Amino acid sequence: MIGFTTAAYVVAAVLFILSLGGLSNQESAKRAVWYGIAGMGLAVFATLIGPGSGLWLLSLILIAGGGIIGTYVAKKVQMTEMPQLVAAMHSLVGLAAVFVGFIAHFEIGNVAAAASTDDLGSFAKLIAKKSPAEIAFLRVELFLGIFIGAITFTGSVIAFGKLAGKVTSAATKLPGGHMLNAGAAGLSFLCLIWYFNTGGFLPLMLMTLAALFIGYHLIMGIGGADMPVVVSMLNSYSGWAAAAIGFSLGNDLLIVVGALVGSSGAILSYIMCKAMNRSFVSVILGGFGGTTGPAMEVEGEQIAIDADGVSAALEDADSVIIIPGYGMAVAQAQQNVAELTRRLRAKGKDVRFAIHPVAGRLPGHMNVLLAEAKVPYDIVLEMDEINEDFPETDVAIVIGSNDIVNPAAQEDPNSPIAGMPVLECWKAKQVFVSKRGQGTGYSGIENPLFFKDNTRMFYGDAKASLDTLLTMIS
Amino acid sequence: MTPDSAKQLQKLGYDCAIETGAGAAAGFSDAAYEAAGVEIIKTPAALWKASDIVAKVRQPDATELKRLTKGKTLISFFNPAGNEEGMELAKSKGANVIAMEMVPRISRAQKMDALSSMANIAGYRAVIEAGNNFGRFFTGQITAAGKVPPAKVLVVGAGVAGLAAIGTSTSLGAVTYAFDVRPEVAEQVESMGAEFVYLDFEEEQQDGAATGGYASVSSPEFREAQLAKFRELAPEMDIVITTALIPNRDAPKLWLADMIAAMKPGSVIVDLAAERGGNAEGTVADEKVVTENGVTIIGYTDFPSRMAAQSSSLYATNIRHMMADLTPEKDGQVNHDMEDDVIRGATVAFEGEITFPPPPPKVQAIAAKPKETVPELTPEEKRAQEIEAFKAQTKSQVSMLVGGGALLLLVGLFAPASFMQHFIVFALSCFVGFQVIWGVAHSLHTPLMAVTNAISSIIILGALMQIGSGSFLVILLAALSVFMAGINIFGGFLVTRRMLAMFQKS
Repeated sequence: MIGFTTAAYVVAAVLFILSLGGLSNQESAKRAVWYGIAGMGLAVFATLIGPGSGLWLLSLILIAGGGIIGTYVAKKVQMTEMPQLVAAMHSLVGLAAVFVGFIAHFEIGNVAAAASTDDLGSFAKLIAKKSPAEIAFLRVELFLGIFIGAITFTGSVIAFGKLAGKVTSAATKLPGGHMLNAGAAGLSFLCLIWYFNTGGFLPLMLMTLAALFIGYHLIMGIGGADMPVVVSMLNSYSGWAAAAIGFSLGNDLLIVVGALVGSSGAILSYIMCKAMNRSFVSVILGGFGGTTGPAMEVEGEQIAIDADGVSAALEDADSVIIIPGYGMAVAQAQQNVAELTRRLRAKGKDVRFAIHPVAGRLPGHMNVLLAEAKVPYDIVLEMDEINEDFPETDVAIVIGSNDIVNPAAQEDPNSPIAGMPVLECWKAKQVFVSKRGQGTGYSGIENPLFFKDNTRMFYGDAKASLDTLLTMIS
Repeated sequence: MTPDSAKQLQKLGYDCAIETGAGAAAGFSDAAYEAAGVEIIKTPAALWKASDIVAKVRQPDATELKRLTKGKTLISFFNPAGNEEGMELAKSKGANVIAMEMVPRISRAQKMDALSSMANIAGYRAVIEAGNNFGRFFTGQITAAGKVPPAKVLVVGAGVAGLAAIGTSTSLGAVTYAFDVRPEVAEQVESMGAEFVYLDFEEEQQDGAATGGYASVSSPEFREAQLAKFRELAPEMDIVITTALIPNRDAPKLWLADMIAAMKPGSVIVDLAAERGGNAEGTVADEKVVTENGVTIIGYTDFPSRMAAQSSSLYATNIRHMMADLTPEKDGQVNHDMEDDVIRGATVAFEGEITFPPPPPKVQAIAAKPKETVPELTPEEKRAQEIEAFKAQTKSQVSMLVGGGALLLLVGLFAPASFMQHFIVFALSCFVGFQVIWGVAHSLHTPLMAVTNAISSIIILGALMQIGSGSFLVILLAALSVFMAGINIFGGFLVTRRMLAMFQKS
């Protein structure tokens, strides 16, 4: 039976890789999910019938129970709530990793206590054969697994709270700031040495508490607009936690999948950081870096426009590019945006969307919202694909984004976001900015776009503004 | 002033007076004025004396200016650039003078831009005069008596007058061509139904917007190219209407004697620039001449007067708008606001000061900044940059490989063999993961996160493997883990499916 289980794991691992690889385009992605589901089904089945696992009826009932909740949530969730959902699911993985780590710890204890190997579980039997050096190494692995899992758990809970608006999305830190984190990390390291030598429960528990604190405090110190990085980082951590547990359990499938998920999250974090032109460390440590000089003076004034003006300009325009941001998600305006797009396209106008990598609160957030509103994905383009087209565009509409269209990133070397790649919408003949008021964006930086000659401010809630606009465009 | 505009002026709180018989030529009788509540005054002298604000058409002469006193306002064409004495006189009298031709060309002031009103009339009338002297139809017809080709009309200069001429000519059915040194007006020309004549000439053309929408002097090469084009067109054209004027200069000579000679007998040239010397060679101001080869050249300068009713009503409206701007309170009191761009621009004498020329208006006619050019890199520089980047990349890759390898070897020295086996699997999976994830479309990052979420619930295996153990605590923790992972597996996969199903191609 061990041979069968191993073979099933190999097939499952291949299926998981295919499942991730299939996401390279929208059509193959639809098939790829099934690979993932098949892989997961196979892995669970093989483990259930595999050596040593008992209580499979209980297991099945629990899986089914969890499955019902999972299905319910997946059916009910709004697409705008996607970031919260993803964060919540990360927290579950993190907590599960912590529990599994603890179980492994108890099992090691059981082995030492048991008289014969007959009344032990499969994992315990495995341990029983190991040499003391291997056991010690195993402790390091499960220690790491619990450490990462605990950070993932509290971090994801806080991220969930921030994204759902239950916790303030501003960056807040306890007095002491990052010294507290460093202290907790140092404490964890001491516990590691302690645990490595004694194998007692106390250092493990202490470390868990410290890690839970780090997860909480680290994410509390990161502001709302940096959430894309945070969520993908937590995604990565949940993978590494699974991999570490895989090491301690000696299970290759866990290692493979953990590594896949871990690297996926790491790459997403990297892409997000690159799109903000900031280093990963600076995002995680929170806040923007200090400026190197006075910011450029912004000249001119913000000129408002009403829906009449916007609709007239849209009637005349041949090509339109829409730049959605988090504001569109907050105002739930994606359906109106999609309706506007449909009507303009019906008039034969070229309407496209420009998506900045960090628009929204989750990597790819805008794409999902637009897809939900049935905007065809082939007119939704990435920053690099569309940035050169702005000079030939008649109208650019900015809906609820700010920093990602800030020309200061290119024009003002002293700006805190200098060098960040931005959508060059100001090169379009005319720019309309749908915005609640005159405030600055998340970064607190004045946006010279709003003061440009060809920019008109379309003040108001995005959804309400578009509603009025839609009555004028038939 | 027309009877209509008089009523409007009264609404602004003014009393109106007019010289007897002033409207006769335009078809407005004194009786009509009286009916509108306008006082009829017998002599000009008495009228000037009785009024606080005098509105006039033509440039006032010295006698008229002497009648001004302090506090009186004169609104008229004034030609301030060439009327030094007039301004001095107005200054010495302490009167305020508003010159209608100085109204700035900005959107807000269009309603009082008398030059445009008059140019519009001139353009229309030019076509009518041309038709009057042209022996054929404008429009092409196929009649029982044979085919009549349409007349070909060329309009040189697509300003207000030119555009009016184009509109009139196309609506009469002629095939109309138009030329202007400002290429940006091509769109306006084409919108009026005429064909824009492009030159095969490469030059950094000056943007008309920089000079407030007026044409400026062009380079000799450009002029040559332009004349060559006209020479080519001349034999085909039946009617040529020239409207080319450059502010404060003599009209440029654009239609030379050889072109006139090349034209068909019976053709007509209407020269709207005759007052400034004319665009065509041989134009005589205020006269109609016929050349030896039978081409008629019309050099009238009084086109607006030839349409007195129309020009009076337009000018009266311009004046009324000016008065409305001068009387923001509608109380019959002039509020001569020198801060206002339009009023400041048009005022040439104010309370004993000459205020000409005005400062440039704060609002530019059309804001268009010259484009900045980015210096192109030479191929060598590009190549060098590429090599540089390649070297840096190689360096960082090699150093990472060496560093990573050393670290691995170090781990290998201490770690047990079973760990290293798993470690190989781990390292390879990371590698596969990186390769695979780079290929994921940006738009699918959210589904990617959801699906990785689902598969990271593989942690369930760890719980399943141990749930069979005897200890109660272990079973409890394992059961909780299995339950949570179950939520994640189903939730993750289903929500991914839901998202992916939404992505649709157009």
